Amino acid sequence: MAKLILSMDGLVLKEIPLLKERMSIGRKAHNDIQIDNMAISGEHAAVVTILSDSFLEDLNSTNGTLVNGQSVKKHFLKDGDVIELGKYKMKYLAVPVAPGESSDYDKSMMFQSGPLPDVARLGGPMAAAVESVPAPASVLPAAAIQLLTGSNAGRELQLTKTLTTLGKPGVQVAVIARRPHGYFLTHVEGNRFPLVNGRSLDAQAHCLQDHDVIELAGVKMEFFLKS
Amino acid sequence: MANSLLGALEIAIRTDPGQVRGQNEDSVFADADHGMAILADGMGGYNAGEVASSMATKILASGLEDALQSATADAADGQTGLLCAQRSLVEHIAEANAAIYRAAEEQSRFGGMGTTLVATVFCDNQLIVAHIGDSRLYRLRGEEFVALTHDHSLLQEQIDSGEISREDARYSVNRNLVTRAVGIDPQVEAEVHVHPVRPGDVYLLCSDGLYDMVDDADMQHVLEMSAANLELAATQLIQMANDNGGDDNISVVVVKVLHEFPASRGRWSKLWSWFR
Repeated sequence: MAKLILSMDGLVLKEIPLLKERMSIGRKAHNDIQIDNMAISGEHAAVVTILSDSFLEDLNSTNGTLVNGQSVKKHFLKDGDVIELGKYKMKYLAVPVAPGESSDYDKSMMFQSGPLPDVARLGGPMAAAVESVPAPASVLPAAAIQLLTGSNAGRELQLTKTLTTLGKPGVQVAVIARRPHGYFLTHVEGNRFPLVNGRSLDAQAHCLQDHDVIELAGVKMEFFLKS
Repeated sequence: MANSLLGALEIAIRTDPGQVRGQNEDSVFADADHGMAILADGMGGYNAGEVASSMATKILASGLEDALQSATADAADGQTGLLCAQRSLVEHIAEANAAIYRAAEEQSRFGGMGTTLVATVFCDNQLIVAHIGDSRLYRLRGEEFVALTHDHSLLQEQIDSGEISREDARYSVNRNLVTRAVGIDPQVEAEVHVHPVRPGDVYLLCSDGLYDMVDDADMQHVLEMSAANLELAATQLIQMANDNGGDDNISVVVVKVLHEFPASRGRWSKLWSWFR
């Protein structure tokens, strides 16, 4: 399957497999690929994939779409093409599909010892396949929690880890998961559920908004995005 | 023996196709009362992988259940109980292997199908684990998080021989080549180990769809949370693998040990403990 490698300032942010026939790119949340940046239009561009061919289309965006430095409206993507939207770059990687091969096959394969003609090749210098690198930090903005009450009032807790647990074990605990599309608060233990802006959560994860006030184990704290 | 397990284990089980694959070729089974957990990751074209993994789980689960039930009646003491469980684990893996191999021989559309397998039986304060291929068993004990199984994979062999460092292994292109699988050959050898179990331990059985996508530190962090909320921990593991790309099917069985589960030591010891 073909994919796009999203990066900014040379830093790889995300790897996006082109799963759907049409993948929209834009600032608004309903896009398949959301890039939350002011330089990106609400609906900026789209990639349409038919069999193994992909086309890029600029959707009359304000700041335009470049491919290999050239402004384009419609463009047939070739392996290695670099798409530019504002400060973001997306490298298009076409994956050659061998005849008869289907992506539905499990990745595991049996490798039998015995005749080993392939081992020399396989054991050679490791080709660092981009696809094997789990996507690091996404375009999600950094966020933190500031304690508003209690003995540690004023202290700030950076939400840099995938999971951050809050509260008192045995009394009331909640967890904030840092996910590609936001920060989610979920109840973990305790008879009482955490309050967000005065309202009790249920068992579902809650997507935190900038300046949400969380109340947990008798302590109030504010969630905020850092820009 | 089975009675002493009642309530000793809490188990959460999840399987998910991931973000890329159209079908789920993993198969999972768990039974807290019998102290069993089984996970298989099938391989082979079309739906053959699914067939292989579900055959392995079903044959092993029903075979073990019968064996453990009768062992309960017969076992004079914990030692024989443990040996019984160990023997029937090996026997029923062999049975599953033969059945899958036969099916693949007989029907061309199943040709070459096979499956990895990791299976655990909890018995007499101990854990028996059998595995074949690259599905894993991890243990969280206190702050220590370790893999108890050693992959049967080309990559693991390369790491063992020093050809590749553990760090580079993450980027290896042949992470998915297994050197042993159920159903590929007429016979298969399962690697079997016995580990002592302590209350508070958390065990994780998982397919490569999890550990290829989520690093050990994150897995550990989630499992630490499972002391309070096991179901949520299982859900979070799947979610993290999907958030990181979900390249393959993802399956997890999380087993939390709530208290000890010693085997009854025969009639005399029962009487003795009653008097004490």
